[in-house]
Amino acid sequence: MKAFEYAAPESEQEVLELLSAQRGRTEVLAGGTDLIGLMKKMLVTPDRVVSLGRVDSLKTIDADSQGARIGAMVTLEDLLDHPLSQDYPALQQAIRAIHSLQLQAQGTLGGELCQRPRCWYFRGGQGLLAERGRAVAEGDNRYHAIFGNTGPAKFVCPSRLAPALIALSASVRILGPDAGDETTAPLEFLFRTPKDERQREHNLEPNQFVAQILLPPPDGRTSASYEVQHGSGPDYPLVAAAASLAMRGGVVAEARIVLGQVAPMPWLSREAAESIVGSPVNDASAEAAGDAAVSVATPLANNQYKVQLARVAVKRALLLAAGLETGGF
Amino acid sequence: MVEYVWPDRANSSVLGGSHDKIDSSAKCTGAAKYSYDINPDKVLLARVLGCPHAHCKLKSLDIGAAEKVKGVVAVHAIHKAGDELNWHGDLIACVVGETEGAVAEGLAAIRADYEQLDVFVNDEDLAAAEAAKRTSKSGGKVQLKREPGDNEDKKEFEEKEFGRLFKEAAAVVEGRYGIHAITHMCLEPHGSTCEWTDGKLTAHLSTQAVSSSAGGYSALKVTADDVTVHCDYIGGGFGSKFAVDTWGLLAAQLSRDLGRPVKLMLDRDLELKNGGSRPSGFAEVKVGADSEGVITVWDSHHWSAGGVGGAPVGQDVVPYVIVPPNYRRRVTNVKINTAPVRAWRAPNHPQGCAMSQTAVDDVAAKLGLDSYDVFMRNLVNVPKERAAVYAEEMKIAAKLMDWKAKWHSHGRGPAQGSIVSGLGMAIHTWQGGGHPSSCLVKIHPDGGVETFLASQDLGTGTRTVIAIVLAETFGLPISAIKVNIGSSKYPASGPSGGSTTVAGVSESNRRAGEDALVQLNELVAKKLQVEPNVLVAKNGRIQDQGNPSKSLSWKEACSLLGMNPLEVKGRGAPGPKSKLSSSGVAGVQMAEVAVDRETGVVKMKKFVAVQDMGLVVNHKTAESQIYGAMIMGIAYALFEERIMDPKSGAFLNAEVADYRLPRLGDIGELVVQLYEPDAERSRGVIGLGEPPVISPGAAISNAVCNALGLRVPVLPITPKRVVDTLKARNA
Amino acid sequence: MSKSEQLVHGQSGFSRRAFLKGSGAAAAASALAGTAALAAEEAKATSVVAGLTTITLDVNGQSHKVQVEPRTTLLEALRYGLNLTGAKPISVDGSSGGSTVFVGGKPISANTMLALECVGKKIQTVESLGGAKIDPVPAAFAHHDASQCGFCTPGFVMAVKAFLQKHPKATEAEIRSGLNGNLCRCGTYANIIPAVLDVVKGAGNG
Repeated sequence: MKAFEYAAPESEQEVLELLSAQRGRTEVLAGGTDLIGLMKKMLVTPDRVVSLGRVDSLKTIDADSQGARIGAMVTLEDLLDHPLSQDYPALQQAIRAIHSLQLQAQGTLGGELCQRPRCWYFRGGQGLLAERGRAVAEGDNRYHAIFGNTGPAKFVCPSRLAPALIALSASVRILGPDAGDETTAPLEFLFRTPKDERQREHNLEPNQFVAQILLPPPDGRTSASYEVQHGSGPDYPLVAAAASLAMRGGVVAEARIVLGQVAPMPWLSREAAESIVGSPVNDASAEAAGDAAVSVATPLANNQYKVQLARVAVKRALLLAAGLETGGF
Repeated sequence: MVEYVWPDRANSSVLGGSHDKIDSSAKCTGAAKYSYDINPDKVLLARVLGCPHAHCKLKSLDIGAAEKVKGVVAVHAIHKAGDELNWHGDLIACVVGETEGAVAEGLAAIRADYEQLDVFVNDEDLAAAEAAKRTSKSGGKVQLKREPGDNEDKKEFEEKEFGRLFKEAAAVVEGRYGIHAITHMCLEPHGSTCEWTDGKLTAHLSTQAVSSSAGGYSALKVTADDVTVHCDYIGGGFGSKFAVDTWGLLAAQLSRDLGRPVKLMLDRDLELKNGGSRPSGFAEVKVGADSEGVITVWDSHHWSAGGVGGAPVGQDVVPYVIVPPNYRRRVTNVKINTAPVRAWRAPNHPQGCAMSQTAVDDVAAKLGLDSYDVFMRNLVNVPKERAAVYAEEMKIAAKLMDWKAKWHSHGRGPAQGSIVSGLGMAIHTWQGGGHPSSCLVKIHPDGGVETFLASQDLGTGTRTVIAIVLAETFGLPISAIKVNIGSSKYPASGPSGGSTTVAGVSESNRRAGEDALVQLNELVAKKLQVEPNVLVAKNGRIQDQGNPSKSLSWKEACSLLGMNPLEVKGRGAPGPKSKLSSSGVAGVQMAEVAVDRETGVVKMKKFVAVQDMGLVVNHKTAESQIYGAMIMGIAYALFEERIMDPKSGAFLNAEVADYRLPRLGDIGELVVQLYEPDAERSRGVIGLGEPPVISPGAAISNAVCNALGLRVPVLPITPKRVVDTLKARNA
Repeated sequence: MSKSEQLVHGQSGFSRRAFLKGSGAAAAASALAGTAALAAEEAKATSVVAGLTTITLDVNGQSHKVQVEPRTTLLEALRYGLNLTGAKPISVDGSSGGSTVFVGGKPISANTMLALECVGKKIQTVESLGGAKIDPVPAAFAHHDASQCGFCTPGFVMAVKAFLQKHPKATEAEIRSGLNGNLCRCGTYANIIPAVLDVVKGAGNG
């Protein structure tokens, strides 16, 4: 790691005072499971690290009839153990799918959402867009994007909770840049597809940080997450999908279906949602939704198989959300 | 003259039992010190800069800025301008500093320019390799039952004969098979901590070769006498840690130059890029078989990449174990820009097995036969001396697997949802004879027993095996034996590779122990007034075999030694004449998998291994070796592969997070059965580490093929490869 | 912009501009030249640490003074500062579980936590499970030969310890699904499963 200053403020306002507006000068430290590794590899070389570890206001979970408000520094384990998670099965399943009790105990909600992509060209030091996308396009892209990849960004958003949270219509509360500034927006707006190397994959100014995630009350919606995992380890899934459904009279009235590990951002699939709305959930309708989801896929040379996995993941997430068997692992 | 033999089963007390490793507690509580854990006072940390390109010329190297970084003590250029660098991660320069952070900053401050040269890493694609002029012929062999006539051209005859044999075959199968390169991924990377005192070097080296490594420092103009190689614990080697290596020499040299201890362990990514890999192997195979599935003719061409200067998979492992009377094999070497391969557990056998016994199974699939029956019938073509053992082991394995009840022909099993199950098997062989080993056994007048030898314990339980051998020999409990290994100052003993250690150290210690006992018995005989040859050491006493009331406790017996310990040297003499050890084993494995046809995810359901190894010294650790080998096999069959960027030649997955390996939840039910009838036990000790790691690739591939009715040709069988294979069939 | 992006923008009626409120002003105010300048300008900020500093770590029930930099990980502090080398450096991140220790009672990877983050928290390492009275977890590991080379073992033992604290009556299926954060290369998983089951049984008995 490059030498840096370490600051451990105790209030949200102090955090903002310590963050620089200049990209790369300061980094926000949450659980450390991703950032420390990035700093060891000198991929991230801040002059100052601002730890959120002592900001108590970021560690609470509040829930009432209006929904839930979960601090960014709540660990995945604490979130999983909180009775609240039972109201949001998609979230609960997504946390459980991170098969590492260490990552669950140390990793935080905010950090999970703000972790950097696993793209091996990025991790190998070639930048997020690696030769403006050519390194990926002409290289080994077996784990890369099959949607939203026509620009230079071909990595996949690594977050494993974002699909579930976005399906559950979560919002994110962001603080900064200045003291008193705060923004609350649908969680999908936290993510973006960068167009050049100056941009990151999050819609966060360098002196902004995620403070809370807000969840609307479940209101009888059903939800589920499904990850296609190659093995039982903490390895990132090949493809993931989350679905949240409002059922009326035995048919789907509203649906939010989000894929993960398939695009530079969590991929909210309008096609899949439109396909399932108005139908009961069964093998045929779920399969049709999967087909609809991948109808707009643009796979790269080595990741055609992910189209099939995405189709299946959507199908299985829907079946699970409806309490049905998937017929697979 | 003592006849060196093992006691028979009935007269063994600890030999062949099931014993905890004597060093387990140290390992399980963090007390065990590995090379990485040795922190001498004022130790400096060293790390290395790896080349960012797969093939290039170093145009310039500037270490000035790195030297000025606070906390950096020295920067050493390993390569100079003009040098050619041949793989991603090749070592360029080394930074020594006070802390890991300072060293990291120093590494980042090194400036280097490179001129990029041609790169080729795609070993799977033979046509591309040929187009890139990266291939060379690497031998082959033709064997035919019939001979050409006197006036017949040999080549023409061969062509004609192969044509005839394939034409007459009831079934002909043509397949393409392969297995990607994997890395050793030792969890403790390669490296050492070095310190000098009065011109003498102590190298705490992570090594599989304590004895021979001392000589590896001769480039520093020191004699082996001036060097002590020390390794109590090694965090994985698997065949990759026999040499001191450039980085080992560098640590010693820098330590001497700087006058302080230096620790240089490779970073994880450099470990994967430099610390060892296993060659890939890809094959085109055509086999002909009779209607019963017995293979009559074999024709194969395989290609393999050994990295720059490394040896790829040679010809002699294809076809593997089952060698039909008529065969032709050709080998092509592919030169790729990766570090040279190193020996990996059972060198070349897993690849040979995966490229050959898959074809055997495809014969069964083609004929609609039970794979078990086809393998059984093909035992006519395995080495005669082991055929019966294979047959017995197959029967045992089939019973443990419940093979006959579970069997369905390829692709015809019932599906549950999208999940189909399948069975597959494979067989293997290995030599595993003992290496040369010497030791010094000391019996102290107070009854203490020690042995000294410059061996090493890779985690297989070598220490414990030695203690068991001496405990058995002296009639003592295992805890009474102090085993001193891990220092090159002790009597020379062989490197731990090729499953040679257990037979080697058992030989030397049994011999030394028996010789020592003869000397001790002479004293005891005088005291008890009996003939020495009636005495036996048993239950902590030395007693008259016919009259146990005439006896001395071990301690009383040892007190007869007077002031000085009894010291006896032992030297192992493995070979055909020894009754203590032997070589050559069989081994059978059967896998049951479940495959999700929609996602391509393969899960292990059950995996059975039946393994002979001569006399089993310690059942517990022997079984652990087999479990471990099966899990490593699951790793290369379903998970791990080195992934190279086809364009730049970069090693893309050289971190733990990217290099997929099985976890605890991925192993399914593992069943291990040691095969040790008297006929095998009487052969003496045979090494075990390698054989059970050979079959998993073919067995699991065959099980997936049985489930799907379709061969996924290349290992590891990832969801991508399953989905792509299914798609190609449906297209 | 992809269809999905358009959809979510349309649904929320939320503009990107509002989301990035205030960013321009902040960018203008950030013309700081170096670390020192940052430190000087914000000297009033609490607990900004740069360079070498001595901290107190509470490890295995004892207070230890250790000299660290902000970039020193807990793993480095334990291994080089306190010579507690049970936790191992296996991966650059938390993907191997090799450096698992307890901080504040939680199992974390010491190689991805800064030592400074651990001040005031109770740290427990694998060494605390040894000594004259060996803890049931390493004892069961030893009895079931659940170590080979042993380099992953201390981290695994700590993970099992944490797992069993939470799941004292774990079933075999729960063990198989609950202990996947640790990587073993030698293949000791098959021996770890019965070792953990043994500890569960022992806990049930007593």
